[in-house]
Amino acid sequence: TTKFDLLIETIVKDANVLHTLVDDLHIEKLILQIGSSPMPSHETTPIPIQFYQYKDSIENDIQQADLVISHAGAGTILQTLEANKPLLVVINEQLMNNHQLEIAHVMEKQGYLYFCTCATLAETLKKFVNHRFEQYEKGNPLLFGRYLNEIMTE
Amino acid sequence: MDVTFINRSRHVGQSYISSVFTTLWAFFTVIPFVYRIRPKLILINGPGTCIPIVIASLLLSILFLIRRPKIVFVESICRVQSLSLTGKILQYLPVNILVQWPQLTERYPKTQYIGRLV
Repeated sequence: TTKFDLLIETIVKDANVLHTLVDDLHIEKLILQIGSSPMPSHETTPIPIQFYQYKDSIENDIQQADLVISHAGAGTILQTLEANKPLLVVINEQLMNNHQLEIAHVMEKQGYLYFCTCATLAETLKKFVNHRFEQYEKGNPLLFGRYLNEIMTE
Repeated sequence: MDVTFINRSRHVGQSYISSVFTTLWAFFTVIPFVYRIRPKLILINGPGTCIPIVIASLLLSILFLIRRPKIVFVESICRVQSLSLTGKILQYLPVNILVQWPQLTERYPKTQYIGRLV
């Protein structure tokens, strides 16, 4: 997993972000997977925050969520889209890994999610109000099996 | 099930110049392994660690020591606009390259898109 301290800080401390989450999106609770990042102090946040470092699987948390905010890891993106959850992908500008941008960009273009940076998090969240995303279709591994059959019998 | 570990061609962050040497080394250590297994089909993805296997199998087949296997490389779903370095290298070899975004086949005509696999 990759470190993204700034994202955790933004979610917990940025007043605009919290305001949008609570007032515009009616979020009542936050569950944060923080990995090795430090957890900022959060006594004065308007909604309860639960956090943990790691779990074997975040599948349950994704399933129970009304909104998922994550870094641009392909695994997390696919897992969340397959669960058909609204997803906000936050690009880590300090990593500046081009692939992060590529997959977030194309997924947004196809209407599956929104992406942003920590600086534009609050304003991008506003787009989620009453927004319906395109339904993501899982990939089909059977296509691969069929392809292998074809080439092996050439 | 037989599991064998092979050497990495390049570690994350390793300089490309020194990677030439580690790849060569990996290649030599992998030759007896490929000769023993004699694969008919090689499925590969991701990092350049797969390249020595490819070269070893092609070399052994050119020397008539094994039959030439089918080789299929599946490019990462993160690769939307450009091929990975491994994918770019494999274009020059008899390898089937599957990409997961159709626009890549226009830019890299040697690749194929058969649909999204993951």
